[in-house]
Amino acid sequence: MEFNFNIEGGNFSHAGAASSEVKKVLKQLNVDVSLIKRIVVALYEAEVNVVAHAYEGMMKVVLSSDFIEVTITDRGPGIPDISLAMKEGYSTASPQVREMGFGAGMGLPNIKKNCDKLEIVSKVNEGTTVKMTTFFS
Amino acid sequence: MTLKEIVSLLQAEVICENNHLDKTVKYAFAADLMSDVLRLDTSEMILITGLANLQTIRTAEMSDISYILFVRDKQISPEMVELAKESNIALIQCKQSMFRVCGELYIAGLKPIY
Ligand SMILES: Nc1ncnc2c1ncn2[C@@H]1O[C@H](COP(=O)(O)OP(=O)(O)OP(=O)(O)O)[C@@H](O)[C@H]1O
Ligand SMILES: [Mg+2]
Repeated sequence: MEFNFNIEGGNFSHAGAASSEVKKVLKQLNVDVSLIKRIVVALYEAEVNVVAHAYEGMMKVVLSSDFIEVTITDRGPGIPDISLAMKEGYSTASPQVREMGFGAGMGLPNIKKNCDKLEIVSKVNEGTTVKMTTFFS
Repeated sequence: MTLKEIVSLLQAEVICENNHLDKTVKYAFAADLMSDVLRLDTSEMILITGLANLQTIRTAEMSDISYILFVRDKQISPEMVELAKESNIALIQCKQSMFRVCGELYIAGLKPIY
């Protein structure tokens, strides 16, 4: 199965809509609830990152019987130093983002914690691709 | 204690109950930072927060948190209520400050999740 969702940059009122759709699908497929939580928390963090830090993005979800692979690609400023961005507490979030309850610099480390495989590719002034894979067993 | 007992202890207002009022709540976590909430491994708890926006509800939805208590008389928008209903989350609201609410609920027996 494959699904695609758009992610609007800057629009916090829709942030999470794509992750929420994925959660519904996983529930229908009777995936274990604690596994669903791990998967959707990672997706939501990555989705909020597009809303908070980029201009627009796409979420592509590939579901098979043994794994879920989600690729979030955005057009945005990119991440100049990925290993720095992965550090707990590192954040360039704007005051508006902080007002929404985000910007602690904990998102990327939390994504890493909650998925089995994480790959990040980014090009400054072009955008970022975050690919998260989780196995069902 | 039950959600209903929390409501009466704090003289809180029930915004939407989604049939959770008789559920037993053992644990609580207080935060205005959703980044912090998303790092928790536990779902069985009431989230106490002063942050009232759609992302509060979304964060609870993703984290499987079923009860949210808003402190300090925050404005709860119709969009928030709608999303909470969709995600089967109870919303309650009270006037007291975060510190007071946490103190009262701690004395009443709610446990911190860690
Ligand atoms: N999609 C992205 N585009 C551009 N920069 C990004 C993107 N994702 C993350 N970053 C950069 O990496 C930093 C760290 O991201 P991370 O998700 O860990 O923290 P945060 O989003 O700032 O705060 P939190 O996730 O705790 O709310 C961000 O502050 C930002 O500088
Ligand atoms: Mg983030």
